[in-house]
Amino acid sequence: MTHPPTGPSGPSASAAALLEVTGLTKHFPVRGGWRRSGVVRAVDGVDFAVRRGETLGLVGESGCGKTTTGRMLVRLLEPTGGRIVFEGRDITHAKRRGLRPLRQDLQIIFQDPYASLNPRHTVGKIVAMPLVVNGIKPPGGVKRRVQELLEIVGLNPEHYNRYPHEFSGGQRQRIGVARALALRPKLIVADEPVSALDVSIQAQIINLLRGLQRELGLAFVFIAHDLAVVRHFCQRVAVMYLGKIVEIGDRDDIYQRPAHPYTRALLSAIPDVAQPNGRALRDTEEAGGGAAGNGPAGRIRLTGDVPTPLNPPSGCRFRTRCWKAQEKCAVQEPPLADIGGRGGALVACHFPETEPLR
Amino acid sequence: MTAAVIPETPGAYTGAAPYLQVRDLSVRFATEDGVVRAVDGVSFAVERGRTLGIVGESGSGKSVTSLAILGLHDPKRTTIAGQILLGGRDIVGLDEESIRRLRGRDMAMIFQDPLSALHPYYTVGRQVAEAYRVHHPDASWREAHRRAVEMLDRVGIPQPARRANQHPHEFSGGMRQRAMIAMALVNNPELLIADEPTTALDVTVQAQILDLLADLQREFHSAIILITHDLGVVSQVADDVLVMYAGRAVEYGTAEQVLRRPQHPYTWGLLSSVPSLHGDPDADLIPIRGNPPSMIHPPPGCAFHPRCGYALLGSASTPGAAAGACEVDVPQLRQVQERGHTVACHLPEGKRVEIYRRDIAQAGVVR
Repeated sequence: MTHPPTGPSGPSASAAALLEVTGLTKHFPVRGGWRRSGVVRAVDGVDFAVRRGETLGLVGESGCGKTTTGRMLVRLLEPTGGRIVFEGRDITHAKRRGLRPLRQDLQIIFQDPYASLNPRHTVGKIVAMPLVVNGIKPPGGVKRRVQELLEIVGLNPEHYNRYPHEFSGGQRQRIGVARALALRPKLIVADEPVSALDVSIQAQIINLLRGLQRELGLAFVFIAHDLAVVRHFCQRVAVMYLGKIVEIGDRDDIYQRPAHPYTRALLSAIPDVAQPNGRALRDTEEAGGGAAGNGPAGRIRLTGDVPTPLNPPSGCRFRTRCWKAQEKCAVQEPPLADIGGRGGALVACHFPETEPLR
Repeated sequence: MTAAVIPETPGAYTGAAPYLQVRDLSVRFATEDGVVRAVDGVSFAVERGRTLGIVGESGSGKSVTSLAILGLHDPKRTTIAGQILLGGRDIVGLDEESIRRLRGRDMAMIFQDPLSALHPYYTVGRQVAEAYRVHHPDASWREAHRRAVEMLDRVGIPQPARRANQHPHEFSGGMRQRAMIAMALVNNPELLIADEPTTALDVTVQAQILDLLADLQREFHSAIILITHDLGVVSQVADDVLVMYAGRAVEYGTAEQVLRRPQHPYTWGLLSSVPSLHGDPDADLIPIRGNPPSMIHPPPGCAFHPRCGYALLGSASTPGAAAGACEVDVPQLRQVQERGHTVACHLPEGKRVEIYRRDIAQAGVVR
């Protein structure tokens, strides 16, 4: 069913890879009810690599397995299969003691800044916790390091003794970032770090993370459903659909020369203020200059919803919503392959698109 | 406070009286910590066949406005002032029974989360049929059921007769939202209020639902209010746009005016802080500094001034300007040169146009 792991995928996965993931799989057993039990194939054979200081975006719709993948990377979930190699060490099944040093290098930022901070701990305690738990005594003391961290993320170091409820959503997310930075990690998994925030605050947090990435040389796995946010943060992008990576490549390839029909559909579905295909705006602009309007391929509308990962379609999983699907797609699963003309980007499609977007 | 200027409806093209007219609406809640002015002197209008997008962040008062229109607020804690004219009739202060008769028949609502808005115990068909029977007491269940299946079909649910006998949990997120739209439209309401109707949905499904709403509007010719924090969504479907901040309208006009020639610094901030698929991806986003204000103790003067990069503050650094106007006076919505476009800002219009051209349009996000 799954194609054999092809090893580090693409030329971008050079020897300097910080994190290498091959054939990563997570199946959740489903029991009970009158229906026969089965497995949810949440992640089903995923390969990618992240280099030092690189930002990889994992994008896709709900149920595509992006969050499950992220949680396996920081080992909050035990993989069913596949390998996770961090700095040359296989950490796929590392146990508690083996995980300790790993926790310092690998951190996670959660989506919900309200649920991920203990309401009964002060900010100082929350941010100090990783240091205390790992028995680290920074020069100058824990308190000084914590205040330093608060300053780095743009919070007032004097707010050390305050509680989470005294902060707004954006500020809470900053606390989460400070906590993730406490151990000077090499890689941060950020799971939808801005999607719970107001738009005016989202930009603050994205800019903060970008600054940290540049200054501290951090690598990120940035999990998001919003392709526009990912475009502003990530150098490389992997598009997931129903537990599989359908396309992976450098940002410009994914956004300017997307080859997978699903990537095209996702890009086309984003309502973009700067793109005048809105009703009112389009009308006026057509009236104004007799503009060409949208080409026939300009607007792609997928029908239906994402199928259940309990029983994914045979062959290519996207075929049930794909307008290009043919018989072959139902029979044969397309492997992730380089179709050429792009900087090593890979796509899993029997009939990839080759025309660049306008 | 002087009575707010009632802005001209941006889309008053047909000459007909707008179906919904909201005039100087204020909504106050009594809370333990004090009175919250959730909505403060907001006026707008929506004609049949047009869509008004109300944009704002959490706490801007956009949802409270819609609940007040539908009479869904808690009357014990809420004080409503101003006028809400529905088809020419003021519905502020109507008794519960009269409002109930309007709700569902003349105006209907689509909520953000269809799973909590649908009853888990009853079949989807039964719930839609019931919504029909509330306003058609003479209709038999069979007739109502037939009507429900017809509506489910109309909103694009495949095999509607079979699906009508299923429960909400058997529907996917997008299908549930379609079912809720079917329920809202079953009585052909003239006003449809959609509060973040696509926020809980995936982008590809969101696109379907937005298209569906536009199609249904063409067919039923209803007035639609779309409440959202997402400027992208607004740009796709709205004819007119009202931008709210801290309970007040700060900018109001056609989508073209507000999104292409915005004049309020908050609108600029929203537009430049949203990441786009166009423009330079390596350029930093331009966030709005600070945090949204407390609604119990909103800042004096213009509520946006502590976050505004162009506020006229009381210092010698802004010669010629009325000292600290933004800190003292609450700006009213005023007509700009272009007809139908109103902005609540103390900066002179010429200055705003200049700042927009120089600082905002250049940033590449907004064209």
